Amino acid sequence: MSFALPSSAGSADRSPLKSASGVLAVYAVCIASALAISALVVWAAGGSWTAVLSSLLDGSLRHPGRWGRTIGEAIPLLLVALGMIVNLKAGLVNIGQEGQLYVGAAFAAYVGTFMGGPGPLVLITLLLAGVLGGAVWAGLCSVLRYWRGVPEVLSSLLLVFAAAQLVGYGLKNTRLLLDPTPDIGNRNFVSEQLSESERLGRVGFLGNEFPVSVFVALALAALLALILRRSIVGFRLQMLGSAPRAAHRAGVSERLYGGLSLVVSGAFCGLAGAFMLSGGDFGNYRLTPGFPVNIGWEGLLVALVARSHPILAVPAAFVFAALRTGSGFLASTGVDRGITRIVQALLVLALLIPPAILHVRSRRRKLAGVVDDGR
Amino acid sequence: MGLVANSTAERPPAVQMRGITKRFGGVTACKDVDLSLHEGEIHGILGENGAGKSTLMRMLMGMLQPDAGSIAIDGEVRRFKDPAEAAKWGIGMVHQHFSLVEPLTVWENVVLGERSRLSPAAARRWIKEISDTYGLDVDPDERVSNLSAGLRQRVEIIKCLRTDPRILILDEPTAVLTPQESEQLFAVLRRVVEQQNKVLALVSHRLDEVLAAADQITIMRAGEAVERFAAADADASGLAQAMLGRDVPLRSAAAPDPSRKTRDAEPQPELQPVLSVNGASATARNGRILLDALSLEVRPGEIVAVAGEEGNGQSALEDLLSGFLKLDSGDVRVQGRRVSVGKPGSMARAGVAVVPSDRSESGCVLNMSVAENLTLLSPPISPLGFGILDLKARLREAEKLMEQFGVQASRPDAPMWSLSGGNQQRVILARELSGNSKVLVASQPTSGLDVGGVEYVYERIRQIAEEGAGVLLISTELLEVLDFAERILVISEGRIVAEMPRSEADVERLGMLMGGADPPSGAAPPSGAAGESNAP
Repeated sequence: MSFALPSSAGSADRSPLKSASGVLAVYAVCIASALAISALVVWAAGGSWTAVLSSLLDGSLRHPGRWGRTIGEAIPLLLVALGMIVNLKAGLVNIGQEGQLYVGAAFAAYVGTFMGGPGPLVLITLLLAGVLGGAVWAGLCSVLRYWRGVPEVLSSLLLVFAAAQLVGYGLKNTRLLLDPTPDIGNRNFVSEQLSESERLGRVGFLGNEFPVSVFVALALAALLALILRRSIVGFRLQMLGSAPRAAHRAGVSERLYGGLSLVVSGAFCGLAGAFMLSGGDFGNYRLTPGFPVNIGWEGLLVALVARSHPILAVPAAFVFAALRTGSGFLASTGVDRGITRIVQALLVLALLIPPAILHVRSRRRKLAGVVDDGR
Repeated sequence: MGLVANSTAERPPAVQMRGITKRFGGVTACKDVDLSLHEGEIHGILGENGAGKSTLMRMLMGMLQPDAGSIAIDGEVRRFKDPAEAAKWGIGMVHQHFSLVEPLTVWENVVLGERSRLSPAAARRWIKEISDTYGLDVDPDERVSNLSAGLRQRVEIIKCLRTDPRILILDEPTAVLTPQESEQLFAVLRRVVEQQNKVLALVSHRLDEVLAAADQITIMRAGEAVERFAAADADASGLAQAMLGRDVPLRSAAAPDPSRKTRDAEPQPELQPVLSVNGASATARNGRILLDALSLEVRPGEIVAVAGEEGNGQSALEDLLSGFLKLDSGDVRVQGRRVSVGKPGSMARAGVAVVPSDRSESGCVLNMSVAENLTLLSPPISPLGFGILDLKARLREAEKLMEQFGVQASRPDAPMWSLSGGNQQRVILARELSGNSKVLVASQPTSGLDVGGVEYVYERIRQIAEEGAGVLLISTELLEVLDFAERILVISEGRIVAEMPRSEADVERLGMLMGGADPPSGAAPPSGAAGESNAP
């Protein structure tokens, strides 16, 4: 692993520049390796990597209307990632986004189906219902963790499957979510379509269009960045995540901050689900079986790739969305669209390995002992 | 000794390190060091933290490669590329940080890592034999988690003897031992070395123990071997001078400062205690008793030490006063007012400052900046409100505190992990003492610090006591306790078993009490001297 490491830069005389370039080199080598391995996989699958790259770009950006579509997919990815960041900062690992998103979307669909009144009011209510649904689902993990000590990694993951069953049940039942219209609902197990007035507005721009929720998502990213950097709440949240004992002494309640961070991350997922339902890029304004289409899982990865930074999550979400929309165009190259999953996985690894290398390196240096550090 | 001297005259030394130099970046950890170790001898390597002792030994162990110089075993130059290779030449190390697996039994730990067929019966028998031969008494079937620090040290030594090394390295072996345990350890080592003609290198920063245990002494200072003595010709002040490079009054050898003695002679019971713990009892989740109706009081301006062996309630007491531990019964009062124990932030709000023993977890947030760490408890809020931080005010405050406490960091926003242990401790002191604290709880405040750092911490603690705060020092370092406290409490199995003014305490007596032995003159405030306690 030492190939990318600058030669022994003793920590005593380590200049910031030297170590910064070292860090950059590690990242560059890892990303280049990820791309090289991707090319190798494409070659092994009998394709040409230039053709694959070209059709990925066609599918995500170049063809008419495609970058609008990519933005549409990036919105929920970004929201899920923002929720994940809140968790990670508090030192928690919620991996149940897929379920929280699904429950949020189901709450939203329920409101959309049964609430009467003016369309915009219904829209706002269904968005809030989505937030509530996601928050409740993640809140279960919160309760389990702080009341009975169940690790949130486990509970959140397992609740994904419970969510799928629960929403699935709702979709088989006309009193809950199933569309009662003969032939539509019963054949496909989908919910009633949201009426025109209950949908999010869509912005048309240079032949592309995307829902207005993009502005909400971007504003939330900026707000979260601000809260983490400039507010006492963010400061205490990060204190809890980095050194729980020091945080406790400084008056940060683990139950309050940890519990709320899970709820907030669920709320972000629920909002993502409600935006997907009312935005038009997913399920044609209906809740369908398998509605979340992996947005929850991939949003989690976006947060990791963005190194828990809300602003970096914006481009990361766009890249991941581009891989999703681009993969639809791969059929012409003869390479399976599953290749984009591999590229995604390699990118995640490429961005997660450098911090690990750097950590090991600094640990080694410490172990080797520049000075003997007593006991 | 005569016999040994003869044999060394004829044969080359068992280990001969010549001109060893090791650099890390711009720091020279070892500079042209010569060291020879002979059979049947204990060779003490004495120096302050950072003098290069451990680095030198790591090179002998094959954990590090020297940049220059050679290592010869029995006159033949060898290079060890890793510890396994050094082991082939009979070099073994008893680790400073325990490397035992706690849930396993003693014999399981001893055979751990061996490739041959596992025979529990044979392993037990072997341990018994070794125990009997060297007086390393330990039950092979006991779980390591149930053993005291002293017994664990024995297991480490047994484990090391398992490969039958000829050259033994002990790195700060007494860091966690009581004085009695240390004495026994050295008696055992003496037997091992003399009976089997082994070579032993004892690395330590403790003058007294090197003087007592070693035959030859090499003193290291700033990476160089500055002086060599035969133990018979050496005395404590000469060693200290060589070790520090200047004349130092020996704090611990002498009686406490006469200026302070007058203070401890007249305690001031009329003052209301600033901190009182009353009948505190707590149990761990697994049912183990942590605190057993523990009571203590600290009055304003007083420095009270709680001495005790590890695992006897010192850390539970620290946890209690940091707000981590909930009590089954009893309470904690600060200036007479009850503090709700176990609640986040309650102790800090009540005015209890803590310099914790686990600096990197409870004391600071390593991946935050120095400025953030300095303002952990009450970050400056901007006049805009809404909990918005005032970053400029934070920077100003941090710069002020860094100057006041002499924190050496490149910038206030340098990450905390980039600081040395001593500077991290200064940051913690700065934060804890800058508020309006009424009590300071300092737990192992000097562990891992070099002499300069230790002096600084002492100075600050004395200063805050003079300013009228009560200080509770929790320490396993007896010399520190004796040097520093005006009143000494001994904690054992979660209870305060003895209390005495400094003038009536000495190492022997405290050691006995800490080890759980009955004090020679009863548990109540003792009257007699403690000279009669010369237990084996």
